[in-house]
Amino acid sequence: MILRRPVLYLTLITAALFIYLPLRTNDVSLREDLILIAISIILASNLNLMIGYTGYVNFGHIVFYGLGGYVGLYLTTVRHWNLYTAALAAGIAVSIFALVLGLGILRLRGAYFALATIGILQAVQSFVANFDPFGRSTGMYLSFENYAPLGGAMSALWKTYYLLIGVMALSMILSLGVKISKFGLGLFAIREDEDAAVVLGVNTTTAKAIVYSLSAFLPAIAGTLMFYKNGMIDPSIAFEFIASLEGIVMLMLGGKGTVVGAALGGGMYEKLRSYLLTSPRLSNFHLVIAGGLLLLVILFAPGGLIGWLYSLVPRSRKVIE
Amino acid sequence: MGGILASMLDGLLVGAVYGLAAMGLSLIWGVMDVINLTHGSMIALGMFFLYLMYSVIHTNVYVLLIPIIIGGMVLGVIVYWMAVHWVVGRSQLMSLLSTFAVNMMVIGIGTAIWSTSPYNVDFSLPGITVGPYTFTGNHIAAAIAAVVIALGLELFLYRTRFGKAIRAVSDNRDAAELMGISSTGVLTLAFAIGIALAIASGALVSTLFPFTILSGAVYQLKSFVVTVLAGLGKPLGALIAGLLLGLLEGVVTPFIAVSWVPLIEFGLFVVVLIFFPRGIFVRANA
Repeated sequence: MILRRPVLYLTLITAALFIYLPLRTNDVSLREDLILIAISIILASNLNLMIGYTGYVNFGHIVFYGLGGYVGLYLTTVRHWNLYTAALAAGIAVSIFALVLGLGILRLRGAYFALATIGILQAVQSFVANFDPFGRSTGMYLSFENYAPLGGAMSALWKTYYLLIGVMALSMILSLGVKISKFGLGLFAIREDEDAAVVLGVNTTTAKAIVYSLSAFLPAIAGTLMFYKNGMIDPSIAFEFIASLEGIVMLMLGGKGTVVGAALGGGMYEKLRSYLLTSPRLSNFHLVIAGGLLLLVILFAPGGLIGWLYSLVPRSRKVIE
Repeated sequence: MGGILASMLDGLLVGAVYGLAAMGLSLIWGVMDVINLTHGSMIALGMFFLYLMYSVIHTNVYVLLIPIIIGGMVLGVIVYWMAVHWVVGRSQLMSLLSTFAVNMMVIGIGTAIWSTSPYNVDFSLPGITVGPYTFTGNHIAAAIAAVVIALGLELFLYRTRFGKAIRAVSDNRDAAELMGISSTGVLTLAFAIGIALAIASGALVSTLFPFTILSGAVYQLKSFVVTVLAGLGKPLGALIAGLLLGLLEGVVTPFIAVSWVPLIEFGLFVVVLIFFPRGIFVRANA
């Protein structure tokens, strides 16, 4: 039962704090900081379904976020849908896209799949940059009247913030739900030994395609919300390769395969990144430091922070998952 | 009609350079079962190595290839001991991520030094004009250099004891150890050669097109396509598959915008992997 899991309550408390803290003092800069952290947690948690649970590296996870942003902005600006339906529709559309794509490329095993995901990132980016309804390489912009249905720009920013925190909480609950389900057990079997999983009766192709599609849903919704909040989108910011890389660093840092680890890594890395980017001497080297950090984690602590905690206090496995 | 033919010939010339880049990837992949994700950043470094050397020593760029290849091997040894040695034989996830981490660091340092603005090497050889079409000298010379280096590698692998040791370790590492081959030394050598090939191909590309520190990613994707087309561990096959990819680009580019090319290459990559998992030179069921 998911209700008996301490992590569920940890998630809910975190989400409540995320909403309460900036609201109490009406602190906009704190809200902007927390948004970036929430986005990182959403991306890292959903990437965890692929890398941590299934053992398949997805180098192009940011595609879902960017495509979600594009579909959502297209629906709100060109088709004049309201934000809620547009975000949901973007999530569903990108999930279906991922499912179809997944049924094809997930026939590739292990490393070949990882290479295909690098290709997907470049292919989708080149497609969007040539696609007329999405504004080709100039992208799309929102005008002030687009925010009117939500009560003006000011109130729209707060509303998208609450929604994003909701998506963040859902991401962690989804990770937990998959982890304790039979479906999750099938994914772990694939991660440990795919051939053995087949023999044990796991329909690996379907399971992989479903988890790939599942890992697309919430990032796509987050993409719509985030780019709606920012008011613009173009191919280079929607499909930023570096953002895809950073998702992997976050996950490895916190501890792949764990719900808390993914969230913790996402939050910590985002703090580190904003510190590095604002420090005048280190801003150019944030990628170097992130890469160095990733290398150190892989070579010396492949379990990440949570893995390290497990080895220090073995009983913590039961509480923090 | 003549236009397409000229475009195809030009594609073949560039394809030889793609083939050279893919040989580096294929060699490392085949010998130690590591997918080297530093490949793209090494190609980009090759471009900037040539740019820097040429700006200091104004001489024929093809002479500069020799120190660049040697420098590439040294760099390869460093990267091997930094990130690869510890993960050889462990799960592929680990080697993917560790080479990827080095890739991030190289791109990060490169961006800090050169930013992401475009550069070009200001060197050109006289071209050959056939009717209304001109083949630039740089394209012809780059193709010749690529083929010469590729044949050199082929001779090294099949005609020397070192090459034999590399092939032995690639076939069966344990058995090679029992025959008295130091597999660590061989792996270091193979990795160094692989990186040197990537760097040499990057240097050649820099004489053809303008480049940025991020350009390597495009050629990395092409190398993946070429490597799976050729099947693993077949250096000469990679050269031929590179020529094929160049030819394909030459055929399609007159008709569609260049920005569609990654989409086509990605499609090709997936189709080949699904239908010809061991490369097009072997029958799928063999």
